[in-house]
Amino acid sequence: MTTLNALRPSRRGLLKGAAGAVLLGFHLPSRQAAAQGASAASPPELNAWVVVHPDDRVVLRMAKTEMGQGVRTGLAQMFAEEMHCDWSKLSTEYVTPGQSLARSRVWGNFLTAGSQGIRSSQEIVRKGGAAARMMLIQAAATRWGVPAAECSAKDSVITHAGSGRTLRYAEVVAEAARLTPPADVLLKDPGQWTVIGRPIARLDTADKTTGKQVYGQDLRMPGMLVAVPRRCPVFGGTVRSFDAAAVSGRPGVRHVLKVGDSAVAVVADTFWQAKTALDALPVEWDTGENSRVSSETISAMLDEGLTAREAFIGNQQGDARAAIAGATRRIEATYSYPYQNHAPMEPMNATVVWTPERCDVWCPTQNGEAALAAAAQAAGLPQTACDIHRVDLGGGFGRRTVHDWLADAVLIARQVPGTPIKTMWTREEDMVQGRYHPVTKCRLVAGLDAENRIVGLHMRISGQSILATAFPGGLQNGRDPVQFQGLNPSGAESAIGYTFPNLLIDHAMRNPHVPAHFWRGVNHNQNAIYLECFLDEVAHATNQDPLALRRSLMANHPKHLAVLNAVAERIGWGTPAPAGIHRGIAQQMGFGSYVAAAAEVSVDRGELKVHRIVAATDCGHAVNPRQIEMQVEGSFVYGLSAMLYGACTVKDGAIEQTNFDTYNVMRLGEMPKVETIILPSGGFWGGVGEPTIMVAAPAVLNAVFAATGRRIRDMPLGDQLRQPG
Amino acid sequence: MVTLNVNGRSVQVDADPDTPLLWAIRDHVGLTGTKYGCGIAQCGACTVHIDGQAVRSCALPLSAVEESQKIVTIEGLSPDGNHPLQVAWRALDVPQCGFCQSGMLMAAAALLTQKPRPTDEEINEAVTNICRCGTYSRVRAGIRQAAEGGISG
Repeated sequence: MTTLNALRPSRRGLLKGAAGAVLLGFHLPSRQAAAQGASAASPPELNAWVVVHPDDRVVLRMAKTEMGQGVRTGLAQMFAEEMHCDWSKLSTEYVTPGQSLARSRVWGNFLTAGSQGIRSSQEIVRKGGAAARMMLIQAAATRWGVPAAECSAKDSVITHAGSGRTLRYAEVVAEAARLTPPADVLLKDPGQWTVIGRPIARLDTADKTTGKQVYGQDLRMPGMLVAVPRRCPVFGGTVRSFDAAAVSGRPGVRHVLKVGDSAVAVVADTFWQAKTALDALPVEWDTGENSRVSSETISAMLDEGLTAREAFIGNQQGDARAAIAGATRRIEATYSYPYQNHAPMEPMNATVVWTPERCDVWCPTQNGEAALAAAAQAAGLPQTACDIHRVDLGGGFGRRTVHDWLADAVLIARQVPGTPIKTMWTREEDMVQGRYHPVTKCRLVAGLDAENRIVGLHMRISGQSILATAFPGGLQNGRDPVQFQGLNPSGAESAIGYTFPNLLIDHAMRNPHVPAHFWRGVNHNQNAIYLECFLDEVAHATNQDPLALRRSLMANHPKHLAVLNAVAERIGWGTPAPAGIHRGIAQQMGFGSYVAAAAEVSVDRGELKVHRIVAATDCGHAVNPRQIEMQVEGSFVYGLSAMLYGACTVKDGAIEQTNFDTYNVMRLGEMPKVETIILPSGGFWGGVGEPTIMVAAPAVLNAVFAATGRRIRDMPLGDQLRQPG
Repeated sequence: MVTLNVNGRSVQVDADPDTPLLWAIRDHVGLTGTKYGCGIAQCGACTVHIDGQAVRSCALPLSAVEESQKIVTIEGLSPDGNHPLQVAWRALDVPQCGFCQSGMLMAAAALLTQKPRPTDEEINEAVTNICRCGTYSRVRAGIRQAAEGGISG
């Protein structure tokens, strides 16, 4: 046990086995060397963020997680901008939450979600880079006996202007590491940036083209076994009984386990052995009250909320109800948005070694610190006796910010002490044990005056709160502030882009038993459909141009208007579209950024084709335009997959969709041409990974109306256009 | 015991004949570049070549694979990682999370072998793999770039 007690992943993290298999390499660092960070294998750190090796390699330590969104490259750009290091020798490594805990959270918040990867760490990372540069220059200046102000650094080389002498960073790093870090660090003005703002190629592409990239699914350790679990398909249900003897004699099967109160697992030599044994395992579930819930009962629950007296207020200007009551004309509509699964390509997994003294977990997670807390609780150990060793994610989208799967993996490993256990979910388990995009409906009522101006708007949202499930501590006297994303009266995160003379946006919270969670784009996804499609309805009902109507409401919202104007101009709004092509437009602010989209579609005998989308983003500072383009393109795939197909339905308390055959997503052949306009207006740091998702669906749905006269109000689209109107 | 020819190498696999080829490749041969995404031949993350044809290995039992058939995985796509598609993928930064990309590349490579200058329609039909990050635009661009750069076979 003492050997396992000291298990740590090697600094290199992963070693390749002779047969090409991936092995986790272990080494046992001496306590002294580890404490000083001064063994031959680990040169002294300049500060928490960076290590400079004797061969000039610069290693940036990351608290955020790479899941495809490009945060590794973006963080490196911001760091290199200030450190003046040689980009070609810059790499990254993950720090563990255990290391961070031991150093008073020196690396800050590990949460990688909410399009926060860049914006929440830009200051701390840039300052880390600047401080490292200042210490290296000071060390060189001291050696030369000249003022530091006479020295400068570029590409990891320090030059003394007067004498022309040079020193490489690696040559002075030992002295620099002994200096007191500077108290004041001055960051460059954006006008001086030469690395931030460039479309630099990603640091992590090569291994993803050769199969070398290691994901959680690929981890291997000597003596490792594979566990495949199954939870009660009805949320909240428990295991009544299971017949382990029926499968325990199958080839490779080592253990048949109960996992907590509500799951079972088979542990075997290989995934396939464990999976097929689990399929054959007789299990009786106690499904409880929730087995009476269906999509129909949930729909009725939400319908009641649409007209309920009590609701939490999200945005109130003037007296919308009175204005609507006194209006010349009323327009109203009800929309709905279903449960959806994140469906990352890599199903949930975690590899765990548990002993009575220590628990180590290797896994893909969007939040190392939350993973550590979940692991420690499940392990029955203090956090100081546990750690999380991260691998890059095969997709996250919010699913890997919550650690139900990790806790179960620890509970499994806890029953096989000292043996590495890789717990792998099947796709089917991933589909039915999701943490779903919340289900809501929305009733919108607009009151118009005789000139067809909106005098009052009431937007009643009814449905599920994410915070009520995922983070009840974030509720404000019961109200979920996240519910109103994109609809808030003001603020730097997600403010509405229109001014109405009278406005009421409120939320009747109705929480079914299906667990809801943050899902890429979060509540913006439905809120943008509700508002942007309804405004389109008002425009068409009153013979106004949808763009002109929006503009008439946007005088106080210049940044929202700028992106909207940009896409309108590029798509040729107001000019004739090609034959058979129809246009739609939408805008919203979210995750600190302003986005708009304009779509061109055709509908032929019920078949929708999205031909072209123009998207504009104002994210304040644009760190890597190429990465932004990639995120914008990907956002249309995620957002349009949701709009076209995404629905998880409930029957007898359980999710009905079990794989991609019943939970379809967009394929390459459906991908429209996407033109990305980046309009960084400066002065703020907005997110990029999610904002464009929120305008994808409404822009296309508005174009569908232009093409067909059919207003799609219930998501997903499915085969609605093929049905009689 | 089953004998497979994987990336030009003959390997003995001690697995039940019902075991899908994917798991033989991953857990017995030890090549993990080929991914498990769905297990029902829907997503294509498990795509390999069998005698040059793109095949979804997650739903193909070992019993259906002949010893004489040549299986190529992403690790064997090129000796040095410089297949024209791999070169194009790097030039265009195609991958995001990357999990689906082994399958994407294998599907695209089989297409280019059969149709060195594929039309958009042919790309749509041949590459139906799922990518949740949404790399489709760049996958198409990468195939086009590799095709324009010329490809052998």
